[in-house]
Amino acid sequence: MDDNTELTEALALELLRCETVRQAREPLSAHEWPSLTVADAYRIQDASRRHRESRGERVIGVKMGLTSRAKQKTMNVDEPVVAWVTDAMQLPLNLPIQTDRFIHPRVEPELFFRLGSALKGPGVTKEDAANAVDAVVAGADIIDSRYHSFAFTLPDVIADNASGAGFVMGPIMKPIDAVDLELEAVLVEVDGIVVDSATATAVLGHPLEAVAAAANLLGQRGLALDAGDWVLAGAMTDAIAVTEGQSLSFHFSTLGSIHLAKGE
Amino acid sequence: MMREEERIAEAELLLEAYRTRRPIEPLVKRHPDMTLDDAYAIQSIQTERRVAEGAVIRGHKVGLTSHAMQRQIGVSTPDYGVLMEDMFYLESRDIPTGQFLQPRVEPEIAFVLARPLRGPGVTIADAVRAVDVVLPSLEIIDSRIADWKIGYFDTVADNASSGGLVLGSTVRRLHELDLRGMGCVLRKNGHVVGTGAGGAVLGSPLNALVWLANTLGEHGVELQEGAVVLPGSITQSVPVESGDTITVAFAGLGTLTAHFA
Repeated sequence: MDDNTELTEALALELLRCETVRQAREPLSAHEWPSLTVADAYRIQDASRRHRESRGERVIGVKMGLTSRAKQKTMNVDEPVVAWVTDAMQLPLNLPIQTDRFIHPRVEPELFFRLGSALKGPGVTKEDAANAVDAVVAGADIIDSRYHSFAFTLPDVIADNASGAGFVMGPIMKPIDAVDLELEAVLVEVDGIVVDSATATAVLGHPLEAVAAAANLLGQRGLALDAGDWVLAGAMTDAIAVTEGQSLSFHFSTLGSIHLAKGE
Repeated sequence: MMREEERIAEAELLLEAYRTRRPIEPLVKRHPDMTLDDAYAIQSIQTERRVAEGAVIRGHKVGLTSHAMQRQIGVSTPDYGVLMEDMFYLESRDIPTGQFLQPRVEPEIAFVLARPLRGPGVTIADAVRAVDVVLPSLEIIDSRIADWKIGYFDTVADNASSGGLVLGSTVRRLHELDLRGMGCVLRKNGHVVGTGAGGAVLGSPLNALVWLANTLGEHGVELQEGAVVLPGSITQSVPVESGDTITVAFAGLGTLTAHFA
């Protein structure tokens, strides 16, 4: 089973290198590792987590990917994916995105949940998640695939930390019982025009399902979410490309607004 | 530009499609030189015929109000159609699906006017003062054009693809609601088929009311006291067939159920 330990380490470092030098590459499954499985891919993800920690980053939680049925259909899967989030990925609220930090960034409006108590799968339900979560904020998840044109297989994207690259937390934190999670909506405005909208129901039917799924996916690897961890619950709308000179705003129903602009 | 006889002939084809429930080919196929004025004239001829037969106009709908729809049709302006008395259906009561050709549904935030609105020159302030109450609603859109292969002029001529509407019973006033941030979830037979927020409608559903009042005003038409205005869909439209149950939840504006028998 450990035949691939060296390759796992090498590819974890390779993907981190692509992130650092802002260079997209071929999918791993099309090049170094044609038989890459989901389990292999999570081992690469965990190896890169260790490298991030050894360079001083602190894991603050996880992000969920492939939480919409449309995206799952595109990837021909019926389960979301989970990836690591560190403190180094946080960007300040309402400052321009330094796009020179990224390759081809896209942004997704989400809800972020903070756990008040630990959650360990398997068997975690939405109700368990509701009991464990103590706060919710609006968020923007910045994704930036290390693969050309965001073209990848499911194992490829898992190995690439679910394209995770950065995140912005919104201005208002609320206890979860103060927010109608099914009807909390976001308006996506590009250059002042509403181009899309959704409610958090678009995330797996209820965003706390994403928190439960996070705990259950981690549980498959013997891992758990701790009190204080954040779960970035997954995109409410399609991702929006951050392009030259464009202004982008997410207006949430009760959780405030996040303004993103491309930097110099 | 079409001749008057051509406009009348197209209006008659559309009226015939309602009767036979057999859709027709797009109007622009027969009249590539058709204009927007032609399209609204064809709509008006049908309205006048129906009114002459005893139909009563009870309001208007605004269509093509979302960025996605405008991009799909290739326009940046909405359109409008008339709502007749016989287009109103009740929530939680059977809706005769067979009345329609190829029905789809759209969740909307309906306005009922307390006083008339007559453009041009109607402002948001005027619109706010004219709105009596806000109701949850489900618009049933339908097309007399085969397979919904509509362009801008086809849908305008076809009464903005109107079919009917269901008004819910949660009654609110404007100041009790956040029209722009209002979340909405559309379910078909229990499955989530669309979500969105009120601001998806031209940035705000009130913008659609102002646009409607001013556009009708150009043609000397006034929105009357008691008129119902459907400002446009919050989500993408969803097809319905006999046996489907649609439920909509609106933040602060209750829920609405429509059953298609």
